[in-house]
Amino acid sequence: MDTLLEILNEMHPDVDFETCDTLIDDEILDSFDIVSLIAEISNQMDVTISAKDIIPENFNSAQALWELIERLEDEE
Amino acid sequence: MSITSYYFLLFAGALLILYYLTPKKAQWILLLAASYAFYAFSGIRYLGYILATTLCTYVASRKMGGLKDYQEAFFRENKDILDREDKKLYKASVKKRQRAWLILALVFNFGILAVIKYGNFVVSNISALFGAPNDAFFRLALPLGISFYTFQTTGYLIDLYRGEYREEKNFFRLSLFVSFFPQLIQGPISRFGALSKELYAGHDFDGRQVAFGLQRMLYGFFKKLVIADRIMAGLATISGDPATYTGTYAFVGMIFYAIDLYMDFSGGIDIVIGFSQALGITLPENFKRPYFAVSLKDYWHRWHITLCNWFKDYVFYPISTSPKLLARAKKLKTAGHAGLARRITVYIGNLAVWLFTGIWHGAAWNFIIWGLLNGGFLLLSQEMEPLYRKLYARFPKLPESRVFHIVRVVRTFLFVSLLCMFDYYANASVTLHAMAGMVTEFDLAVFFNGSLLSLGLSAVDYGILLLSLCLVFFISLQQERGISVREKIAAQAGPVRVLVWYGLFLCVLLFGAYGIGYDASQFIYNQF
Repeated sequence: MDTLLEILNEMHPDVDFETCDTLIDDEILDSFDIVSLIAEISNQMDVTISAKDIIPENFNSAQALWELIERLEDEE
Repeated sequence: MSITSYYFLLFAGALLILYYLTPKKAQWILLLAASYAFYAFSGIRYLGYILATTLCTYVASRKMGGLKDYQEAFFRENKDILDREDKKLYKASVKKRQRAWLILALVFNFGILAVIKYGNFVVSNISALFGAPNDAFFRLALPLGISFYTFQTTGYLIDLYRGEYREEKNFFRLSLFVSFFPQLIQGPISRFGALSKELYAGHDFDGRQVAFGLQRMLYGFFKKLVIADRIMAGLATISGDPATYTGTYAFVGMIFYAIDLYMDFSGGIDIVIGFSQALGITLPENFKRPYFAVSLKDYWHRWHITLCNWFKDYVFYPISTSPKLLARAKKLKTAGHAGLARRITVYIGNLAVWLFTGIWHGAAWNFIIWGLLNGGFLLLSQEMEPLYRKLYARFPKLPESRVFHIVRVVRTFLFVSLLCMFDYYANASVTLHAMAGMVTEFDLAVFFNGSLLSLGLSAVDYGILLLSLCLVFFISLQQERGISVREKIAAQAGPVRVLVWYGLFLCVLLFGAYGIGYDASQFIYNQF
């Protein structure tokens, strides 16, 4: 989770990712951010998030994204 | 049958009455019959195209669904002997076979679209390359809404492949999803998960919904007939003779086209969404006041929203997050090219989307240039974000400044309008010439010496346009502030409501750009 928060904070230092749960609903993360984020996660955490997993519920908060990563790690 | 014709009004009125007289269970059948009747009106010979796409989509979806059923049954029957690894391998083999059906269906459906829409463009470019005569190779007219229903079925098949929902087993119900006639004409592009619930559920008569739907249709007719079709006369004069109408005229043409395109397209969408609402069917919104956008990125979140979302979900994300591209980015980072690694996924996905968006808009180089320019400038503004952040850090009150906001809105409007010039001039070189002329031959006197009256628009036309645009601007401003104008009017006393809607109706009737021998022009987006 710490690595994920580091990646997110580097992208948007002005956002409190530990509490924010409307990252997509409030358009804090846009499609460019999401793709950069997926590339960084693949790079640093060796987890591949595919297009079918890109839904608002998975990206609205750091916690939801972390749960997705854990799920994908489990599947692998 | 144009949706601004009297035939359409008769057709829609009769359907609305029949729809609420029909038992709820059978309403979707009536809609299917009406959709095919509407399609037949546009040319019986085109029915074959939409039927072929529907049939192909149906067969592929049933095959993919059948494979899923087979897998589930296999797992159920062998649950005691299969371990996790076995299941994973089996799933992968099923997915592979599903993918084969998906690809087959997409190649077939897009093949029809490609031959009809792009065949001549490809052949003429190859002919030009070899110096051969440039005759039309395919003499096929574009069937109504082919791009829209092809995209909609593609979304359905991909979502099915991704396992977002199960396939529709009833061929006729699927046919309605593909052919639902109000949206078949120019969108919005709906998703099966949302639209199927709306289409197949029966709807009770709800006076408020019907009234709201009809009011929205009336507003759409106002935008299309009073504004778009009126301004088109001036626009046709300028774009039809670009050698004469240069400089200031080209600038006026640019603004005219921006107005025309939005009023035409959003007016049509208002009619489509309004009529669907009268039937109790909610369609996704396609516009969110695009000319209030503060940046190009913001604009594309507000214009043709359903198409942009379609490209984002089915082109941008799959390309940008493809394992090969992610692996390439990883390699670049390892080799010390962190900046390139960070950009490559977004850049390739973005440029692919805008190349396809340009091609979608038309089989011509000017559309491709328009698409790539949009993609290029979106990336440029992304690169400039650190600069903006520095600017806002230096002047923290700037983002809240009303003047700065207005400057950004006007800048974005002018920039988007400039790019759209590629859309309405005959080709790219004429467009570039007109753009250059706006700078080198600009003459302010044209606005004051009566020259604008030579464009086919009288002083009365300009007056009507100005008042109508003020009305649309006022309504848009309310909507931008989160106020529903229809709700607000509905809360007024009866006589006020009657006055407002009857007044708008009279405006359309009196000031709509029609008369003896006049035929309401086709919607611009019909041709896509």
